[in-house]
Amino acid sequence: MLSRVADSLYWMSRYLERAEHNARVLDLQLHLMLELAPEMAERSWMRLLDSLVVEPPKGPCDPYSLTQLLTFDARNANSIVACVSSARENARHVREQISSEMWEHVNRLSLQARSVTLESIWNDQPHEFLRGVKEGCHLFQGITDSTMTHGEGWQFIQIGRAVERAAATAQLLKSHYAAYPLIDSHARVSEDFVEWIGLLKSCTAFEAYCKVYTADLRPDRIAEFLMLNPDFPHSIRFAVNSLSAALQAITQMTESKRAKGVNRLGGRMRAALDYGQIDEILVSGLHKYLDDVLAQAEAIHEAIYEAYIWYPIDELVS
Amino acid sequence: MNAADFPLPFTNYQIEGAYDEMFDADGSTRQHYQALFQRLLELPQNELKQRQQAADLSFLHQGITFTVYGHDEGTERIFPYDLLPRIIPADEWDVIERGLVQRITALNLFLKDIYHDGHILNDRVVPRDLVYSCKYYRRQMRGVRVPNDVYVAVVGTDLIRVNSGEFVVLEDNLRVPSGVSYMLANRQVMKYVFPRMFSMYGVRPVDHYGQALLTTLRALAPKRRVDPNIVLLSPGVYNSAYFEHAYLARQMGLTLVEGRDLLVHDNVVYMRTTAGLQRVDVIYRRLDDDYLDPLAFRGDSMLGVPGLLNVYRSGNVALANAIGTGVADDKAVYAYLPAIIRYYLNQDAILNNVETYLLSDDKQRRHVINNLDKLVVKAVGESGGYDMLIGPHASREERERFREKIIANPRNYIAQPTLALSRAPCYIDGSVEARHIDLRPYILYSGDQVTIVPGGLTRVALRRGSLVVNSSQGGGSKDTWVLS
Repeated sequence: MLSRVADSLYWMSRYLERAEHNARVLDLQLHLMLELAPEMAERSWMRLLDSLVVEPPKGPCDPYSLTQLLTFDARNANSIVACVSSARENARHVREQISSEMWEHVNRLSLQARSVTLESIWNDQPHEFLRGVKEGCHLFQGITDSTMTHGEGWQFIQIGRAVERAAATAQLLKSHYAAYPLIDSHARVSEDFVEWIGLLKSCTAFEAYCKVYTADLRPDRIAEFLMLNPDFPHSIRFAVNSLSAALQAITQMTESKRAKGVNRLGGRMRAALDYGQIDEILVSGLHKYLDDVLAQAEAIHEAIYEAYIWYPIDELVS
Repeated sequence: MNAADFPLPFTNYQIEGAYDEMFDADGSTRQHYQALFQRLLELPQNELKQRQQAADLSFLHQGITFTVYGHDEGTERIFPYDLLPRIIPADEWDVIERGLVQRITALNLFLKDIYHDGHILNDRVVPRDLVYSCKYYRRQMRGVRVPNDVYVAVVGTDLIRVNSGEFVVLEDNLRVPSGVSYMLANRQVMKYVFPRMFSMYGVRPVDHYGQALLTTLRALAPKRRVDPNIVLLSPGVYNSAYFEHAYLARQMGLTLVEGRDLLVHDNVVYMRTTAGLQRVDVIYRRLDDDYLDPLAFRGDSMLGVPGLLNVYRSGNVALANAIGTGVADDKAVYAYLPAIIRYYLNQDAILNNVETYLLSDDKQRRHVINNLDKLVVKAVGESGGYDMLIGPHASREERERFREKIIANPRNYIAQPTLALSRAPCYIDGSVEARHIDLRPYILYSGDQVTIVPGGLTRVALRRGSLVVNSSQGGGSKDTWVLS
C-alpha cells in the first residue's frame, strides 16, 4: 500500500474520532450547564477547552460563543465542522481505496455539517445537531467494518482511532483531576457530583461504570475504569490494546523490517497498562502518569511515520 | 421536409445548415438510424424522461464528475450525458480507422526524426524555426532513445464531420488526452438504458480499452524487467480529470500515484509504500511535461518527481507519452501533417485536415485579420476551448482583442474557417433536437501494433447553435456506436 494512502486513512479515522469526541463532550457540557451555578459553569467550560487543547477565546466566553468556537468556527482546526471536513478531504484523496459506501457516508456527513449554522439551531438546543454528528461517526465505523476489506488499510484506520481515543481520554482525565488536586481518592465523591458523572458520561462510561462499581462514585475507581479497564472501549487500555494488535497485523502483512521500533513502543505501552495498578499510579502521581501516556501516544505516532510513511530512503527494499 | 413536418418528439428538429447524422438533406432517415428513429416514435414521452433521469442518477452516484477551473475553487460537476447514441456504420468507421493508423504512425516517425536526425527539417518539408519555436519542443529530449521509438502511445484525435459528410481531423491530442473514461462509462450506462436496442444494433464493444492500454504500457517496459511495475501518475484530486485517473487505474489494476509518492534514487524511480520502496518501471503520466520534473522543467512544480528526466534518459523508466510530444500537436505544425504523412509514408492522408492559416505568414495573416468575423482563431498550444475566438459569434470587442493578440504574437495563433460541425439528435428538455457534435477516438500505439477501440467520445454542444463541445464550456457527451 502506498505510504500516502496509509497516511490519509490514518488521519481520516483520527479526524472522525475527534469530531465524535468533541461532539460528545460538548453535548454533555451544554446539558450539564443547565444544572450548574454560573461561576461553576465557567470553570467547567475552561476545563472543557483545556481537555480539548483549545485556547480560550480572547473575546466573549459565553456559551454561545464557545459553542460556536467548538462546532462551526473554521479558524479552529479542531472544531467539529473542521474535523469532519478534514476527514472528508482525507477520504477524498483515497476514494479508490475505501468502499463507495464509506465515501458516500463521509461525504454526506460533511455536507450536512456544513449546511448548518449555530444561529439556526441555538434556540432549539444544538443537541440534535451534535447527536447527528456522533451517530454519523458511529455509522461510519459500522460501514467501514462491514464494507471494507480488513486488510492493511483497515488496520491503519483502527490505529488512527485508537491513538486519537487514548490521547483524548488521557487529556480529559488530566483536565478533570487537575481541578481536584486535594481530593481523597478513596472516599465517595461528596460534592460536584454532577461533574464527576459528567466525566464518566463524556466517555459514555457512566452506565458501564455502574455495572462494575455500582453508582458509588470514587475518584480512584473512576480513574481505574477509564484508564485500566480491559473491556470498555473508551478506556485507555482498551485503545492501546487495539492499537498494538493493529500494529502487529500491519507488520505481518507488509513484512516490514523497519517496524521493530514501533512495535516495541506499542507493546511496552500495552504491557504497562495491562499490569498497571491504580493505587501505585495514584501514589506516584496521576498527572505525571497521564502525561506519560500522552508522550507515549505521540512517540508511537512518530514511530508509525518513521516505519511506514516517511522512512529514510537509504534503506532500499523492494 | 421542414421542422413542422417531423412527428413528436421531433417537432423542434432542425436539419438545415449542417450535415445531420440521422436525416439526409430531404428529411428521410438514414438507414443506420432507422431503428432508433422508430423506437423514439414509439416510446411514451415520459419513458424517455425517466430513462434520462435514471442515467443522470447513475452518473451522480458513481461520482463521474470533472472539475471546472476559474469559477469557485474546484467546483465538481457531472459531465452532462445525452441519452441518444451516435451511430457510425462499419464502412465509415473503416475509413476513420485506417486514417488514424496512418496518422499515429507518421506522427511517431516525425517526433523521432525531429529529436534525432532532423531529416524532415533538412529537406525543408517542415520549417525548422516552426519546430524550434514551439512552446512544447523540449531540447532536453534531443538524442534521447525512447522505448520502441514510441513517442505517443496514447492519442485522442478530434474528428468532425463537415457538410459533405466527410470526416476531417480538427486536432490531435498527443500530450495527455482525456475523456476515455466517459466513453467507457457512457457505454455502461447505455446498456442499462436501452438494452434491447443495443443488442439489436450489433454494436462493437469498447470494454477492452483498459486491457489494451495495459498491454501498450507493458510493451514499453525495460526488457530486462520481468514483471514490470506500472503506475498511473496523476496530479491529484484537484485535477479536472481526477475521476478518470482513478477510473483507469482501477480498470487496469494499476497503482494510482501522485508525484509525492515517487522518488528517484541512484537513477531509479521508486514508489514509497508501507512495505518499503518499490521500483517503478512504466509511468502512464497524466501530467504535462512542464510539471513532470522540477529539476528539468518548471522549478515551482510540486506535482512532479525531481530527477525523473534523468532516469528516463538512462532508460530505467518508460513514460507514456514521451516528453516533448506536444510539438506535434501544435496547431501550426498540424497544418503540415499531410506533408509529414507523405514524407514518411509516401501516402496521401486518408483523413484530411481542416484548412489552416498560419499567422506567422504575412499574407495569410493579413487575410485573417481582414476576415476575423468569418474565421475561428485558436492558440497553437491550447486545448479545451480556452483562448479561442469564434469570429461569427464574437462581439466586436472580442474580435478587436484577438486582432491585437495576433499582431503581438503571430506564431501563437492559427485561423480556420468556421466549420459547421455535423449535428445529431439529442434529448433536450422533453423533445429530440439536433445539436452539433464531434468525435474523439482513442488510439493506442506500442511500436508494432496500433489498437483503436471501435468508438470514442462523441462530444455534444448542448447549447442550441453552439459549436463548442468542450466540457469546460457547456458541452456534454453521448455514447458512440460503431456497427459491425
